[in-house]
Amino acid sequence: MFMSEPKVDVRALAVLAHIEVRGAELEKLEQEIPNILAFVETIQKADISADTPAPELRNVMRDDGEPHESGMYTERLLAQAPARKGDRIAVKQVISREKS
Amino acid sequence: MNFKTLTIASARRALDAKEYSALELTDAYLKNIAARDGGIHAYLEVWESAARAEARAADERIACGGSHPLTGIPLAVKDNILIEGRVASAASKLLENYRATYDATVIKKLKAQGAVFLGRTNMDEFAMGSSTEHSAFGPTKNPRDPSRVPGGSSGGSAAAVAADLALAALGSDTGGSIRQPAALTGIVGLKPTYGAVSRFGLISFASSLDQIGPLTKTVGDAKMLFDSIRGQDENDSTTLPERPENVEKPRVIGTPRDFLKEGTEPDVLVRFEETLAKLRARGYEIRDIEMPNLSYALAVYYILAPAEASTNLARYDGIRYGLSVPADSIQEVYTKTRGAGFGREVRRRILLGTFVLSAGYADAYYRRARAVQNAIRQEFARAFDPSTDGVDAIATPTTPAPAFKFGAKSDPLAMYAEDIFSTSANIAGTPAISVPMGAVVRDGADLPVGLQLIAPQGGEETLFKIGADVESA
Repeated sequence: MFMSEPKVDVRALAVLAHIEVRGAELEKLEQEIPNILAFVETIQKADISADTPAPELRNVMRDDGEPHESGMYTERLLAQAPARKGDRIAVKQVISREKS
Repeated sequence: MNFKTLTIASARRALDAKEYSALELTDAYLKNIAARDGGIHAYLEVWESAARAEARAADERIACGGSHPLTGIPLAVKDNILIEGRVASAASKLLENYRATYDATVIKKLKAQGAVFLGRTNMDEFAMGSSTEHSAFGPTKNPRDPSRVPGGSSGGSAAAVAADLALAALGSDTGGSIRQPAALTGIVGLKPTYGAVSRFGLISFASSLDQIGPLTKTVGDAKMLFDSIRGQDENDSTTLPERPENVEKPRVIGTPRDFLKEGTEPDVLVRFEETLAKLRARGYEIRDIEMPNLSYALAVYYILAPAEASTNLARYDGIRYGLSVPADSIQEVYTKTRGAGFGREVRRRILLGTFVLSAGYADAYYRRARAVQNAIRQEFARAFDPSTDGVDAIATPTTPAPAFKFGAKSDPLAMYAEDIFSTSANIAGTPAISVPMGAVVRDGADLPVGLQLIAPQGGEETLFKIGADVESA
């Protein structure tokens, strides 16, 4: 299965990835990313008929329960937060009311 | 002390025999750093007073006769491995002021032995690169030729060991980031089996490929450091229980010669053939093997690694830790923080990863790459299969060429090609080591190159045995 030339909308990718990309860099990426994709597309030629063996590890989870005493890392973690309010990380409002 | 011949093993003997103290040893390295790191830039930060305090504590342990293999041994740590209370920036503006809130498991193990931490070493930002040119804080220079790169991403760790600015160092390897800089600076670098060493406390890049490993002056030192950090960890569910080690002497080394011809510089191939001839003289059988899917490893890597990076690095949002660029809405906090905090290569890979995972393309790129990854794994399994008279190890050059000049690989695809021989071991989860195999001359300078040996999963001992034979040949 060979693909037709993928159309790469770098601006849309930047929105999806939450990254501000501007001006000259955007133009450069519009060339570089298709070039990289043209290279990695060589995998379409590989023979993939090999069986997939069952993995050795499956659904590795720790036991339910408290991994540590509540609050023991609070200060250490909050010390790294850009903004705090009491024992919480302060976050900008996510949903705002449309003013009519 | 003679730095030329000093190894972890010889320092251990000297420390235990009280020929010099751990403090004297640490001071000697701090002196080297003060004198020479200005011109190399292996370190992003040196912890002078803490290192001295750790050395004094090590001396007390040694005085009581309670030394471990690494007690009092001065080490450098790649800037993506967490040490509680220390900055760990992954050489990124995004984490420039981030202080680790806990110790990585490997650090915990080294602390328990009383090792000394000299400082944190430079790297390509978030371990994405092969030269340290993608560090947000300026590149590291190759101690063998300062006009050339030391390799990467663990270039600072490699340069530190090669220039006697640390006795050994920790690095991480996602597609060659330990082995390639080790080869380019003339030292030993080991990427352990996937699951052999805990990644708890390693800043994630591509979690299905990342491993922590040692960069050292000798194969024996690599074994000592690997033995000190390995083991199953409840905080990293991908770690495997230790298996009984293969103690049989390796005998047969395979080499995929057809694949090596692609793009390897002729004098590097000459060093490679000379090294194989020496191994043959030591009783090894050298056999040509065919691994047709190996030539797809690089392309598979540059789909899987960016895909995983794009999801792993989604955590850097300017909200919980790291850089936060103020803006009117939370959406803009995300986009402005990530736009300002990530460097060009990191942004490029996140966008590439976002593309290969996007609806409509994930089947053709990401899922197809996973299928080819499986084919490569099967190819390795067949090559090593003892029931069909398989080989004990596979040999290739570590890189197709010696260290290149700064700025020589500004095209991303040219930089990615550095990883042509190294990515397959990450894709297959197998251990691989780079051992020096002499030098080639460029512009009048002797530049080291490395031999890469790959063993089946859990086969580190095989690598150490053959590696030691390469060293002494």
